[in-house]
Amino acid sequence: MYGFLWRLFPGGVVGKLLCSLLLAALVVVLLFLYVFPQVEQLLPFQDVTVDSGTGAPAGG
Amino acid sequence: MSGAGDAVRAFLRGLGQTLITLGLVVLLFCGYEVYFTNVYTSKEQSRLGDDLREQWAEPAADKPGPVLVGTALGTGLAELWIPRVDMVGDQAKVVVEGVGHEDLKRGPGHYPGSALPGQVGNVVVSGHRTTYGAPFNRLDELRVGDAVVVETRDTWFTYRVVRQQIVAPTAVEVTYPVPGDKTAKPVKKLLTLTTCNPKYSAKTRLIITAELQTALAKSAGEPPALTGSA
Repeated sequence: MYGFLWRLFPGGVVGKLLCSLLLAALVVVLLFLYVFPQVEQLLPFQDVTVDSGTGAPAGG
Repeated sequence: MSGAGDAVRAFLRGLGQTLITLGLVVLLFCGYEVYFTNVYTSKEQSRLGDDLREQWAEPAADKPGPVLVGTALGTGLAELWIPRVDMVGDQAKVVVEGVGHEDLKRGPGHYPGSALPGQVGNVVVSGHRTTYGAPFNRLDELRVGDAVVVETRDTWFTYRVVRQQIVAPTAVEVTYPVPGDKTAKPVKKLLTLTTCNPKYSAKTRLIITAELQTALAKSAGEPPALTGSA
C-alpha cells in the first residue's frame, strides 16, 4: 500500500515526502474530528450518569 | 523465485503494513483520549467561565423568579469548588446544564429538572471520572463532612458530604428529590454528584450526597470552606 502511494506521488524524493506528510496530516484530522468522537461513545468510561437503561437521560 | 512465492511475500508485506497502521491508529486514539479531550474541555471551561462571570457582572434581569431558571443546554449554570480535591491554583469547574454527551464534554452537567443550587430537593450533577478534563476524577477521596461549594450569581452555597456510595448504573433513585423515595415530599436541600466507577470502567457509579450547610451572600466574601478557615 505504502509502496503504491510512494510510486503514485509526483516529483522527486522531496515532492513525495511532502505528499506523504500532507496525506498523513489529512488522515489524522479526519480521525480526530469524525472517527474518534464516534468511537469514544462506545467506551465504558463515558458513562457517568445513572439511568434506568431506557436511554433517558443520555449517558455521557 | 517462483510466482507463488512472490504472491505470498506480497500478501505478507501487505498484512504487515496493515497491522502496523492499525496499531498506530490505536495509539493515536489513546493520545486523543488522554490528551486532546482535556485540551478541548479546558478551552470550553475557560469560555463558559468567562460567559458566566460576564453574565453575573451585569445587573440581574428584571424578570421575577430565580435567574437560573431557563439556562440553555450546554451553557454555564454555576461554578463548583471541591476543596478536598481541587489543586492549588485550580479554577472552579463550570457546571453546564444538561447531561448529554456534548454537554458533559464541556464540564460537569446538571440534570435538567433536578433542583437548582440552594433549592429544596436534590441538585444532581454528573461529571467525567477520566478524560475530558476528568472533573470528578478524585471524587472517591471525599469524606463525610467535606465541603462542596457552589457559586451562583449572588450566593455561595456550602454543602457538606453526608454519604458516599457505590451503586448500580441503573440506580436512578439516588437522583430523586428524596433519594430512594420517589413519592416523598422533599424538605432537605441536597446535592448529588455522580460519576463512573471504577476509573476507566462503567461497571458501577460513584455517588456523593451532600446537604446544604450555609448560604452566604457573595458580598460577604468567600465562604470559610474556601478560605481554609473551616
